Amino acid sequence: MSAIVQNEEFDVIIIGGGATGAGTARDCALRGLKVLLVERHDIAEGATGRNHGLLHSGARYAVTDQESATECIEENMILKKIAKHCVEETNGFFITLPEDDLSYQKQFVESCTKAGIQADIIDPKEAIRLEPSVNPDIIGAVRVPDGSVDPFRLTSSNIVDAKLHGAKILIYTEVLGFLKEQDRIAGIKVLDHQSGQTAEYRGKVVVNACGIWGHHMAELAGVKVGMFPAKGALLIFAHRVNGIVLNRCRKPANADILVPGDTICIIGTTSTRIPYEECDHMRVTPEEVDLLLSEGTKLAPSLASTRILRAYAGVRPLVSADNDPSGRNISRGIVCLDHEKRDGLKGFITITGGKLMTYRLMAEKCTDLVCQKLNIDKKCVTASTPLPGSEIKDMESETKKYWDNPTLTQKAAVGRLGSRASDIDLMDEVNSSLVCECEEVSVGEIQSAIDHLDVHNLIDLRRRTRLGMGTCQGGLCACRAAGLIAHAHQCAEKAKNDLNDFMRERWKGMYPIAWGETLREIEYTRWIYADGPETIIENKES
Amino acid sequence: MKFDTIIIGGGLSGLVCGLELQAHGKNCAIITAGQNAMHFSSGTFNLLSFHEDGSDISDPIEAIASLGPEHPYTKIGKEKVGAYADGIQDKFQSWGIRLHGNPRKNGYLITHLGNIRPAWMAFEDTALMKEKNQKLAEKALVINFDGYLDFNTSFIANTLEKQGTQTRIASIRLEELERLRKSPTEMRSVNIARVMEDENVWRKLIQEIENILKEEDLVILPAVFGFKDTRVLQTIQKEIPARTIFIGTMPPSVPGIRTQMILKNQFAQAGGTIISGDTVREVKIEKGMIRSLKTENLDNFELEADHYVLATGTFFSKGLAATPHEIIEPLMHLDTDYLEGRENWYDRDFFKSHAYLSFGVKTDNQFHPSQNGQTIPNLYAIGSILSGFNPIDSGCGAGVAIFTALSVADQINNN
Repeated sequence: MSAIVQNEEFDVIIIGGGATGAGTARDCALRGLKVLLVERHDIAEGATGRNHGLLHSGARYAVTDQESATECIEENMILKKIAKHCVEETNGFFITLPEDDLSYQKQFVESCTKAGIQADIIDPKEAIRLEPSVNPDIIGAVRVPDGSVDPFRLTSSNIVDAKLHGAKILIYTEVLGFLKEQDRIAGIKVLDHQSGQTAEYRGKVVVNACGIWGHHMAELAGVKVGMFPAKGALLIFAHRVNGIVLNRCRKPANADILVPGDTICIIGTTSTRIPYEECDHMRVTPEEVDLLLSEGTKLAPSLASTRILRAYAGVRPLVSADNDPSGRNISRGIVCLDHEKRDGLKGFITITGGKLMTYRLMAEKCTDLVCQKLNIDKKCVTASTPLPGSEIKDMESETKKYWDNPTLTQKAAVGRLGSRASDIDLMDEVNSSLVCECEEVSVGEIQSAIDHLDVHNLIDLRRRTRLGMGTCQGGLCACRAAGLIAHAHQCAEKAKNDLNDFMRERWKGMYPIAWGETLREIEYTRWIYADGPETIIENKES
Repeated sequence: MKFDTIIIGGGLSGLVCGLELQAHGKNCAIITAGQNAMHFSSGTFNLLSFHEDGSDISDPIEAIASLGPEHPYTKIGKEKVGAYADGIQDKFQSWGIRLHGNPRKNGYLITHLGNIRPAWMAFEDTALMKEKNQKLAEKALVINFDGYLDFNTSFIANTLEKQGTQTRIASIRLEELERLRKSPTEMRSVNIARVMEDENVWRKLIQEIENILKEEDLVILPAVFGFKDTRVLQTIQKEIPARTIFIGTMPPSVPGIRTQMILKNQFAQAGGTIISGDTVREVKIEKGMIRSLKTENLDNFELEADHYVLATGTFFSKGLAATPHEIIEPLMHLDTDYLEGRENWYDRDFFKSHAYLSFGVKTDNQFHPSQNGQTIPNLYAIGSILSGFNPIDSGCGAGVAIFTALSVADQINNN
């Protein structure tokens, strides 16, 4: 099949639909650039969707890395303003256990203060009163402005706003190579996984925002970025055990953060160097599960008897300094590489390193460089312009704006979508009926996601709506949603295969922790989908 | 309180065992917590559906010969299972359940996911096809209720189309069902079935179907009718002017709940005692024999019997429990069969064979479990709690439930 050549030229092409890519697309679009973003899978599928969802105050880095700490607290304040519907202001405690050195607390508070992070020492008894789940043996506690953030919602809102400002977004579109003109990158060659078509797009500047996969993307472009994949494993618990983020007040170590989010909480993380080839096939080992559990119960003892929903892992895109191929001198900070200066390759930028927390700042730095290359003098406005859905004062009054007596479904939709919930007709009784009872996702919300949010399959739908993320892990709702997708896309066969893929994907996060209640649930789900062994293959063949 | 036999667990296996014992004049009690696997029934019983290589079995009794020594069917014996199978329709008929199918041949079922799989005996409202790719009709009309999400019409239509049946999907809105929508979680099978108990409502539905029926020679409805009484099924089938069949929905299963309720009522009518909504808290074992039980609710009573039957099901029903490192039988800590090392319990692919499904309580050939290697002679285990079979890979869950129940009842009756 010959490639479709697009004649229109974009000012900037962004490769990667994680938070950084989405944020960069938004920033560029807000500054009036003509933007194309391509993503080989779905948005927020890589490290963006595979972390704690912690809205760092920066306190974690205060002692070891002042620069990161300062970046974090600044972005923390910004996100609380521009992404209200994605953020929950829970506060965080840094607790000292009897086995920890209490003298670290003083150094910690001083470092926080220096970085501009408010850090208040509070009486352990008071800490237990405020957060009853915390280990009752604590000998010290410091309160900091940590919170939680929904990375899926955050990325989706950036994409929506980029589109509102004219950006073209292509998901399931993989970059196969670059269009090169002498010493310049002039565009990309892509494969559309939906249609099987290849195409070429021209762009004045191409941004590599692929996270860890940027390693490969740089190679395709003919330059080298030394990346060191570090796997971080996490566990999601089925209940929101804590209301306040719990951290250990010591040098950052394994499994020492417990973050509440929506109806669940998340413990993490481990840190293991893995070969690059494993990035696409990460599995959480029994040893990692055991470590996360034993460390987690030190923060909140009741985790020992709380059902675990899933285990999952993400890859941090750590970059080694250019003069250090061994990777010992690793930075966790933002890395924005101008390959023209660095490698003599014009029109190519890599933005990597950093954290979910600093995605906006990364996007700003990257967009500044893009604008500089294009000789455009426009200031960044993303630090003060609310994301779509966030133009609201508070959830309660927002909900009341549309409905006098909001139902739980309507409240849940506002919680997820902010002011965009008003786009969904939830007064209609068919639309307001629940597909996913665990997460209160309604027919209307699903229809809206299918119609407006580039939903190609059930797994996309999960990332857009939280469908199937609750305790039953999609046991019943996946099948219901598959019916809705089959209807919307007029294709039962594809919806059925989607359903199978969805169940496989769910299982991947369940088998490392499939005992107790999880095994009960999965056995039940296995019955529901028990249409004989290998039915799937039969479906695909026929 | 003293009984001849106390059965722990009121699912298919426990009820069949209790009914068979009552029929022989025994005085039994069934202790049941409530929900059980019948609530997720496909509307059929399977005996043995798949060979080890995953291919369909057409002669289930013959295929028993190929099973390993640990399979409950092997313990009962092929001849005896065959005899039970031959008598199954009469037996269930005597309990008020009409089953259709061929005791020696598997038919085929269209499942709630629109797949086709072998099945042995079907309840009244479940259609059983003789051939796997049997064309059911020239033209079919698949009907659903507006807003009911648990009946996947497009999957079912897709399957029919593949068999050469031209299929149309229609949605019907009935005023009486609209009320269910007031709460976003009410539009579920059991609630629809309750509304459909009212003759005025299902007559209205028949009228609606007649209005929209064109030249279809087959009508397909979700299996949400006849919650208590199956006679309504026949009336609907008779009055709709095209052949009408029912296909199962996502759980809960109306045919399954109905069947379980009928068996339970039958057991009570036969003089059996049902201790409902209760669980066994304590089992007193003396000199290697069970002496008595205590339940959560009947705090002051010691329940005694000559024989005890454990029919508490698998993980879902809490008959078995998994810790991170072992599989236990939580009530008496009976000896269990399972593989060491959690990574060996599952396949990484959800749809492949999972070893945990075959884990369970270890028994001798008479289904006596053991505790610390010591067989307990007045205790039996029946149904899905047993080890040695994989109900999903082999498609034998209902058969094991029924035949181990009958086998143990025979042993107790002949005692």
